Amino acid sequence: MADASMTRSAAMAGPRGAKPRKTLSPRNIMLYGTLIVVCLYYLLPLWVMVMTSLKGMPEVRLGNIFSPPVEFTFQPWVKAWKEACTGLNCDGLSRGFWNSVIITVPSVVLSIAIASVNGYALINWRFKGSDIFFTILIFGSFIPYQIMLYPIVILLREAGIYGTLWGLVIVHTIFGMPILTLLFRNYFSAIPEELFKAARVDGAGFWGIYFRIMLPMSLPIFVVALILQVTGIWNDFLFGVVFTKPDLYPMTVQLNNIVNSVQGVKEYNVNMAATLLTGLVPLVVYFVSGKLFVRGIAAGAVKG
Amino acid sequence: MGNSIEVKDLTLNFGSISVLKNMNLDVAEGEFVVLLGPSGCGKSTLLNCLAGLLDITDGQIWIKGKNVTWAEPSERGIGMVFQSYALYPQMTVRGNLSFGLKNAKVPQAEIDKRIARAAEILQIQPLLDRKPAALSGGQRQRVAIGRALVRDVDVFLFDEPLSNLDAKLRSELRVEIKRLHNQLGNTMVYVTHDQIEALTLADRIAVMKGGVIQQLAEPLEIYNRPSNLFVAGFIGSPSMNFLKGRTVEGGRAFQFGATKIDLAGYDGGAVLERDQAILGVRPEHITVSTSPLSGPSIPAEVEIDEHLGADSLLWLKAEGANLSVRVPVEGRLPPGTKVHLGLDIPKASLFDAKTEQRI
Repeated sequence: MADASMTRSAAMAGPRGAKPRKTLSPRNIMLYGTLIVVCLYYLLPLWVMVMTSLKGMPEVRLGNIFSPPVEFTFQPWVKAWKEACTGLNCDGLSRGFWNSVIITVPSVVLSIAIASVNGYALINWRFKGSDIFFTILIFGSFIPYQIMLYPIVILLREAGIYGTLWGLVIVHTIFGMPILTLLFRNYFSAIPEELFKAARVDGAGFWGIYFRIMLPMSLPIFVVALILQVTGIWNDFLFGVVFTKPDLYPMTVQLNNIVNSVQGVKEYNVNMAATLLTGLVPLVVYFVSGKLFVRGIAAGAVKG
Repeated sequence: MGNSIEVKDLTLNFGSISVLKNMNLDVAEGEFVVLLGPSGCGKSTLLNCLAGLLDITDGQIWIKGKNVTWAEPSERGIGMVFQSYALYPQMTVRGNLSFGLKNAKVPQAEIDKRIARAAEILQIQPLLDRKPAALSGGQRQRVAIGRALVRDVDVFLFDEPLSNLDAKLRSELRVEIKRLHNQLGNTMVYVTHDQIEALTLADRIAVMKGGVIQQLAEPLEIYNRPSNLFVAGFIGSPSMNFLKGRTVEGGRAFQFGATKIDLAGYDGGAVLERDQAILGVRPEHITVSTSPLSGPSIPAEVEIDEHLGADSLLWLKAEGANLSVRVPVEGRLPPGTKVHLGLDIPKASLFDAKTEQRI
């Protein structure tokens, strides 16, 4: 009896239970050190921009770009929004903002609507040549945009919509098609085929299955598409400058014109404020739907 | 009683690959037919063709005396149950059951009536307002069966409905499907690769391989008198023992190694003399004895004995061939024991080794 308890306590003397982890292990120092450096690297420019945009011009001229403002002022923000000049127009970024909204909303809605139906049809209603069609569509995304600019200008001119917002909306919709179709096709391919078959036995048709079975199951991928398109179209510069007239310039083009105006004093504070204003929309979209974004990307990644 | 389903010369090709070859199958009204075969034999494909989910290349499909070859799945008067249940995850059980009826514009009162009836038969009334995610596997499959049930159709198609369930639930639901069939009297076509399901459920089994029905017969007929080597080897666990030899004495005896086995009482056609024949004997149709038998017996040696609970399996070596024999628990023998085997010839099957067909 005594022997047994002796051997047991001897056996129990060694390591037992969960293995202890050191907080200051080389691994942790490397990991968190790297993370902190990278964070600083990305956050510093933002810090400089925000601080500069809150200073008056005299303070900006002092050159201490990292220091917080002595005197807070929102004047640069107001000026950027309402008064900054591009050429002869002096109504600030606001016009560009509304132009961008008018361009982005229909482009996003149209491209997502069409691409999701594309992806659904390509997976569930295969037709003769559907694979070739898909290959050609994907191939389209590898051709540099610049090659297609001039032909599209001619096409839009012939169609009589060159220089209009709708012309730009159509261009955005078309150029969003390859990547969005790929995204939706892969997501729908992960939805069990038997579900689709069951719905057919239940008498649902092409649109019935799309709206009542596929759509309710695919919210995450719609959010992913939404974010991709909103940020992509909002940040677009090239198409905006090529396919519209100065009155209809989107926010990005107008920002460029404000920042790069060659006349007069460079108002760095106003420029910073204008840039932040332009970047605000994608930023808000990311923050609001970031969680869904990650979930959607991951869901699509499991099976592609 | 007429035929509920008639498949006439059905052929299906995917490109240059022939999946179903000139298939003919008649299913009588109220009959339970099981399509059984290994993966890739075309059994699920055939079911999908019956359901109208796959377009066939050639031939015709008739259901209830109507040519439905070109009809949409919903117009064929079929209900289908899938292996993965295929319940619509965003709808409640009630929504799942009513989806098809709403598409068919059935009046709400009638929908409620049919759901109530199906829920009662399947005992899923308490689950009607739950989402599929909140159901267990067995409950989900019940709902899936219910979805076929509310359609009020004559033909049920089951595509491996129990394969995703664990062993215990599987046998429970198997009995339930059998009960359902007795109760409703619908025609059922059931695809499985599980021979126990096939043997227990079917009125008739169609054993398939390579897109061709190898044998279509009642379960016992398939088990006792397999029409070819493939069917003989596929049905039964452990599978049938195959003794390679030749028939001699004008077909009255089978020469296996040094032993000559009298074929008197063999249940089959004219045996004749063949230089290459295979004698198939099921593990339970071999007797093992430690002392020499009165008639011709095969000398063998025990290699392994396996305890199965209700009985035991002896794995033996005889004339260079491996044999399995089912023996009662008290008949277990230690490895190395020298034994003599006697065969139950009236229950054995004899095959021509070249054509692989039963003699």
